[in-house]
Amino acid sequence: MRFSLGKWLLPLYSALALIFLLTPIVYTFVFSFNDSVKSNIVWVGFTLDNWTNVCDAQGVCAAFGTSILVGVVATLIATVLGTLLAIALARYRFRGRSVISLLLFLPMATPEVVLGAGLAAQFLTAGVPKGLGTIIIAHALFCLSFVVVTVKARVASLDPALEEAGRDLYGSAFQVFTRITLPLLMPGIIAAALLSFALSFDDFIITRFNNGGVETFPVFVYTAAARGMPPEANVIASAVFILALVIVVVAQTTSAARRKRLARAQ
Amino acid sequence: MAAGAFAEAGADLELVGLHKRFPGFTAIEDLDLTIPAGSFFALLGPSGCGKTTTLRLVAGLEQPTSGRILIGGKDVTSVKSFKRPVNTVFQSYALFPHMTVLENVSFGLKRRGIADATGKAHEALRLVELDHLSARKPQQLSGGQQQRVALARAVVNRPALLLLDEPLGALDLKLRRQMQLELKAIQNEVGLTFLHVTHDQEEAMTMADTVAVMNKGQIEQMGAPEELYELPKTAFVANFLGQSNLFTGDVTNSKGDSIVVDIAGVKIEVPKDRAQRHTGEITIGVRPEKLMLHTEAPKKAPGVNILGPGRVTDVSFSGVSTQYQIAVPGIGLITVFAQNMVFGPVVNLGAEAWVSWTVDHGFGLLDEPEHTPKFSADTDTATIALQTRHELLAEIEEA
Repeated sequence: MRFSLGKWLLPLYSALALIFLLTPIVYTFVFSFNDSVKSNIVWVGFTLDNWTNVCDAQGVCAAFGTSILVGVVATLIATVLGTLLAIALARYRFRGRSVISLLLFLPMATPEVVLGAGLAAQFLTAGVPKGLGTIIIAHALFCLSFVVVTVKARVASLDPALEEAGRDLYGSAFQVFTRITLPLLMPGIIAAALLSFALSFDDFIITRFNNGGVETFPVFVYTAAARGMPPEANVIASAVFILALVIVVVAQTTSAARRKRLARAQ
Repeated sequence: MAAGAFAEAGADLELVGLHKRFPGFTAIEDLDLTIPAGSFFALLGPSGCGKTTTLRLVAGLEQPTSGRILIGGKDVTSVKSFKRPVNTVFQSYALFPHMTVLENVSFGLKRRGIADATGKAHEALRLVELDHLSARKPQQLSGGQQQRVALARAVVNRPALLLLDEPLGALDLKLRRQMQLELKAIQNEVGLTFLHVTHDQEEAMTMADTVAVMNKGQIEQMGAPEELYELPKTAFVANFLGQSNLFTGDVTNSKGDSIVVDIAGVKIEVPKDRAQRHTGEITIGVRPEKLMLHTEAPKKAPGVNILGPGRVTDVSFSGVSTQYQIAVPGIGLITVFAQNMVFGPVVNLGAEAWVSWTVDHGFGLLDEPEHTPKFSADTDTATIALQTRHELLAEIEEA
């Protein structure tokens, strides 16, 4: 009889890898139901109070709101600027084009500590008081590179004949941009915006250097962890995770349904 | 063209001294061309000959280096592309993938604020027999259907001039035939001026009233398809439009209606009115289907040219005809298309053979013989080299 290693070793290995990956998430989720008093490390008992009264714990909801605000504003700035930059870089030839392309990669390659500390020093010498504004500026800065890279790929794959056809069919430059270029770039722009929001939402290092006392959610969790994290933080973390999961599942099923519909129509 | 109004009829197109230079090469060299209103005009040439550039200049997608473009007598050289009474059917169709077929077709009408854009779009779709698919997205259509949508999208605007950029290139042979006939029918129906750019000589000949053969940014010869085929003026035209047997020799005699050319010791007669030059060293030619193949030396007769004997080096059967290659010592390879009248090849491989043709079928070319290629490649290497160079330069610039 042939001894088949792959038959049991591979599933075992996969199971171990999955357990390793999911343990922290499961732990966070389970402990969001912990009826803890001071620190949320030891399991005391099951309760739904944490979920029903999330905002009772001091600072949790405020930090979450700040994170959302920073994420939305920084994403808006990065997406608009990044899209325009991407179109310029992919479509036009101008002096300094390759230099700009290179410089845009730098924030991605630079360690976050360096980027955060550098920005903090800049704000200090410029005399800008740290706060919500500086966090947004910092986030828009590092998100910009990711937006440019994502949208540029989309612009490059866009057939220039489509825009030419728009011009040929009596569309002015503005009409061609709003009715043809922009809708065709939209999937890339949306992907870039989601990526940028996700990056902004869980950034800790750069934020820590430039927050000047304003607490985003990751900063709140970090400081709270030192003095015993409230279970409400687990609730928000779990909720965000579940929301992300739902979005992914919905997107997958609708695109599968659309593919099926397309196939049927053909 | 005024907003909200259709062109009454096709307009004539006039190109005056047109030049277009790109960094590294010249695409169009001093082009003069007049296309009368309502005609179906084909620009034929190999890739890189400047035909697509000409089309893009007319559409306003490129700016000429110098020269003028007139549509219906009006100078449009500096008029922006979206204000020209011109529409294009693109090679890639360029249908907007995020719009339905109907939205695609009504796009131009809506931009110009024409009343009942949707109704007119449906009408145009009925013309190409695709109205039942108007709610679909372009990627749900077959290649032929997409091509018809692209055509409807351009025709619906009733442009004074319709530009077709090899729109049939991507279709298979049967569909292409069908589309050629449909295009021709639509042109008759709507009476627009069509400018069709193609590298397919058969397509140009079947569809166009007038064909202009383009080479290296210039028009080599222009005329009705029959005229171009029967009486090519240059070796390029003789080989690009069908095949030709070309021979070079000195004119030895010029008597009466014809000249006599010495081809490796054989006297070949060519009618004077079919020869571009009557003295010195000239290139003469004859089409392969005009040649008769003989297995015995044919009798000399007035008004008949005879070459041979030679050896049959290749026989290939292609259904309607059989193609023979005959190697004649001192002259080279001669191609003969023999109509398929009997079973199997009449002349076997390796057999001794003669060819003959009626003097009236020969033609004399204008080119200097030393520049005459026996067979012209589809794309000449100089053009490819230039294009590669241009691409390289662009890459270097980018890096």
